Amino acid sequence: MIPRNLMITVAVMAAVTIGMGLYLVHMRHRAAQVETGAASARPVTPPVSGPTEQVTLWVADDSSGMLRAQSAKLRLSSGRQERAQDLLRALIGIYLDKDSPHRLAAGSDVRDVFLVDPGLAVVDLNAAFADGHRSGVLVEELTIASLIQTLSANLPGITQVKILVDGKSRDTLAGHADISQVYQLADAQQMLAALQGR
Amino acid sequence: MKHTLVIAAVVLLAWLGPEEKRISIYSNAANYSLPVLARNGQEYVGLLEVLEPLGSVTAKAEGAKWKLRYNKIQSEFTAGRKRVRIAGHDFELAANFVEENGRGLVSLASLSTLLPQFLGGPVTFHENSRRLFVGNVAVHFTAQIKGTPAALVMEFSSPVNPSIATEPGKLKMVFSHEPLVPPGAQSLTFNSSAIPSLRYDENNGAAELTVSGTVLLFAKFGNDGRTITITAAPAPQVATQTQPVIPPSVPARVPPPVENVLAPRRYFAVIDASHGGSERGAALTDQQAEKDVTLSLARRLRQELENRGLPALLVRDGDTTISLDQRASMANAAHAAIYICLHATSEGNGVRIYTALMPGVADAHGPFLTWETAQAPFRATSQSAAAGITTALERTQVPVRNLIAPLRPLTNLIAPAVGIELAPPAGDVAELSSPTYQQAICSSLAAGLASMRDKLEAGR
Repeated sequence: MIPRNLMITVAVMAAVTIGMGLYLVHMRHRAAQVETGAASARPVTPPVSGPTEQVTLWVADDSSGMLRAQSAKLRLSSGRQERAQDLLRALIGIYLDKDSPHRLAAGSDVRDVFLVDPGLAVVDLNAAFADGHRSGVLVEELTIASLIQTLSANLPGITQVKILVDGKSRDTLAGHADISQVYQLADAQQMLAALQGR
Repeated sequence: MKHTLVIAAVVLLAWLGPEEKRISIYSNAANYSLPVLARNGQEYVGLLEVLEPLGSVTAKAEGAKWKLRYNKIQSEFTAGRKRVRIAGHDFELAANFVEENGRGLVSLASLSTLLPQFLGGPVTFHENSRRLFVGNVAVHFTAQIKGTPAALVMEFSSPVNPSIATEPGKLKMVFSHEPLVPPGAQSLTFNSSAIPSLRYDENNGAAELTVSGTVLLFAKFGNDGRTITITAAPAPQVATQTQPVIPPSVPARVPPPVENVLAPRRYFAVIDASHGGSERGAALTDQQAEKDVTLSLARRLRQELENRGLPALLVRDGDTTISLDQRASMANAAHAAIYICLHATSEGNGVRIYTALMPGVADAHGPFLTWETAQAPFRATSQSAAAGITTALERTQVPVRNLIAPLRPLTNLIAPAVGIELAPPAGDVAELSSPTYQQAICSSLAAGLASMRDKLEAGR
């Protein structure tokens, strides 16, 4: 005959085990929901707090093959790095719109912008941005010129721009435009001048 | 000693290797040459590669079936079978169809009857020499002795650009890209003691003219490549064994008369069909990859340049994967007067001409150029070349833009370098592979480059 106290102990332990198992399943489900939510979000909206500022976004236009300056009022963060990120997210937001003049793949985003003295902006794009980007010399060049020009037009002091994808250096954006190099603003201005027919 | 000689001979033969078999195809759209493959004891060639420069062609393998669409003609081949279906009709190949990794191979013996089913016109195949003529594309020539001292003057119906080699008593011209045909007889004799005869032969996709001479012979080009004049070398030059005089623009491989060592060919242009192999480039349509359009363009541009007496080297003449650094190294090693890389896109319309956006100025490394900024000293000439090409292309009524782009390997070139991106003429992507459109663009490009020949060649 099994002692009564042993039976109670085994029953309690079994109940605890089942309870922990159910809790584990619940936690995994919750974690999966959080991840899905993060992936499907379109983090392209500037922060809601803070003052509204007038900025100039340099928007690529496929039909003309040029950039056009577009004024916008944005709520920008106070930190310089965050402001750079807000600007690029606003720009990408335009490209993700269904009536975009220069469409980007769904999920395209800028992960981070690091401002490194003296004057180097490191733009870290996500993989969806580069992997889903249309392939072609001009179409890739327009994207790069638009990112560089938007940053330099609104954040004085930026003299160089380096583009990363998912934190890593890449040879090209989508098979053509070289992003392994650090773009000097002075050189990028020549690229822009040619694009604008100046 | 005997063993040593035998081993040396074997090593030498192994080093030389067998000459790669090739088939040359001549048409109004393009003249090109393809490698021949040995399968089942017969000679085969890739059917897609044969048709690709002639029109819009796509192919896909579905199990044992291999479906090919040429312009609007559908066809279906079956691996290991002779019977094929073309435009709804059955047709018998001379040998079984071979499918390898999605690539369809047909025997050379099938070509003369198979190709008319697609092309709708006659083809003439010189099977022994592997030379295939699509339509009436032959280049004819006449040869006669003129003047005193005697000179053999050969007049060609189109510009030609043969490789030339001399040896005592012979001058040999090899026509790899021209649909040259014999002048009625294989052998012509002349009433001249210095140049008694001329012989025509065909071999491995090329035509050869061998001029016999009792003295060392010179070749001189004229009339934009339509005339070649063979003359006897002046006696003092023979005595000192100086090299025969050939115009610098002629890509002749002229060896010293005694040693018969071929000099490397000098190219005017290096043409780089971007992407290739596993690197497909942009997906222009569901069926069409950028790498295929760029290769077709590159072949046409080479032909157009060579028609103007400007020898051109293709970085790739097949579906091969080549890195950007390899492309730059190959182009730099060729020391050509200009490098042209070709791209294609479905976005927008017209043609864009690019020069390199140079990365920030790098530190000098003594006498060495920095790889990333090797193009810097040539940038002005590159921009001048781009402007010249733009002017030539504007005559085609196609929109042309002159741009600066961060496009490798332009930055790594030690020669004037331009990139060309071809978009459809008016937004219709299918037109990108249209032979008419490609030909018009390549012809204008070649004309623009030819007009800058002296300036570009002066820089190298």
